[in-house]
Amino acid sequence: MYPFTYTRVSGTREALAAGREGGRYIAGGTTLVDLMRESVERPGALVDISALPLHEVTVTEDGVLRIGALVRMADAAAHPDVRTAYPVISQALELSASAQLRNMATIGGNIMQRTRCTYFRDVTAPCNKREPGTGCAAREGVNRAHAILGTSDACVATHPSDVAVAFAALEANVHLLGPDGARTVPFADFLLRPGDTPRHEHALGQGELITAVEIPAHPRPLRSGYLKVRDRQSYEFALTSAAVALHIRDGVIREAKVATGGVGTVPWKLPAVEQHLIGERPSETLWTAAAEHAADGARPLAHNGFKVDLLKRTVERQLRIVGGDA
Amino acid sequence: MTTESASRIPPPAEETAPSSDVTLTVNGKLHSLRVDNRTSLLDLLREHLGLTGSKTGCNAGACGACTVLVDGRRVNSCLTLAVRLEGAEVTTVEGLADGDELHPLQQAFIDLDAAQCGFCTPGQIMSGVGCIREGHTGSGEEIREWMSGNICRCGCYVNIVRAVGQTAGRI
Repeated sequence: MYPFTYTRVSGTREALAAGREGGRYIAGGTTLVDLMRESVERPGALVDISALPLHEVTVTEDGVLRIGALVRMADAAAHPDVRTAYPVISQALELSASAQLRNMATIGGNIMQRTRCTYFRDVTAPCNKREPGTGCAAREGVNRAHAILGTSDACVATHPSDVAVAFAALEANVHLLGPDGARTVPFADFLLRPGDTPRHEHALGQGELITAVEIPAHPRPLRSGYLKVRDRQSYEFALTSAAVALHIRDGVIREAKVATGGVGTVPWKLPAVEQHLIGERPSETLWTAAAEHAADGARPLAHNGFKVDLLKRTVERQLRIVGGDA
Repeated sequence: MTTESASRIPPPAEETAPSSDVTLTVNGKLHSLRVDNRTSLLDLLREHLGLTGSKTGCNAGACGACTVLVDGRRVNSCLTLAVRLEGAEVTTVEGLADGDELHPLQQAFIDLDAAQCGFCTPGQIMSGVGCIREGHTGSGEEIREWMSGNICRCGCYVNIVRAVGQTAGRI
């Protein structure tokens, strides 16, 4: 591991000053320390933000849920307001990582976690994300786990987060605080597709901090859940996943929020699936027909063509689980 | 960052690297140390304090052999930077027993033959203590899911699950 200076900050102003000078924020550290040990990450200065007052989960009177950036994954998942109002968030979190890691890792850090692409993690391999201009070893390499949606010639790495898929489905907002003040970014604009610049992964400016992730109020009742398909039963990243939330009233689907993970360079919202569901009555044929659109635009690589069908079936199954047998 | 910097420039020697002071409690005993900022809690325990119960397996948070409790919660000590633990209370497998009396989960591992080579056992036991405290022991299935961060390459899972489940019913 390369050496670094270490500063523990107690207030937001102090944190932003250190961040402006190039300090790298550390919260749970589960991704950052791992990648530092592999020399993939080499920050010269770590700024420990764990003492900042960003540990609260709150719900406003009109139903807006706000999860502080430093809330641990385990605590967010188990929070009664999260578990009751958004099972999809609790399930996505509890199907992630291990109990130990969920006790360490935070919500802000979770959405900032970096890809598990093996070539990104191997400093001897070309990787446009790690070292721009060196090429993409995954394109012609072993790419069974890689993305089929949102890819570019420069990069085909997936975003590894589960809860980010739930946040994408629920159209969350990310609250940021930087040297120039506070701002809010829609989740869809927070994580960036690779394009020609896969190194740029998010909308954060220099020294900017995530302070919270906010879920807007959704009409009730809302049924929701998360399905994760992977090579082993537990403690593994997704091959495919589906976050589904449905508002069904008088037997008709009024709102549908659907996103998928394990297949996109960013958590992948599925508006074509959503549109197919809205205004319809739940039925077996509806779930199948809607899920047919789940892989629209997919560009499979040599080894991950199976994800196209797997994705459709994952979405179909989760629509059935959440929507019921009608 | 340049293309050649990644693998060719070795990290500098320990003595020139930035360090920090940290004061923490390990198994009830207060320690004040100065450590290289890169030191993990696992290395602090093993190399600085001589507590070699916690094991270095993958050193990447994937195997669970390094599991300890920090402020009562199970964590991977290999991914925990020691300098971040100012004021923390750490419990390792060496701190579980009450004098000569083993912790009930330690005893259960012996009684139920829940270890073979033993390398993963301290991490399994510390993770099991955390799992029981968290209340995720309602069924064998639940225990398996919530203990999935601990790998046993000998394959003693059946008896590990029994040991955690039986102990949860007793304490």
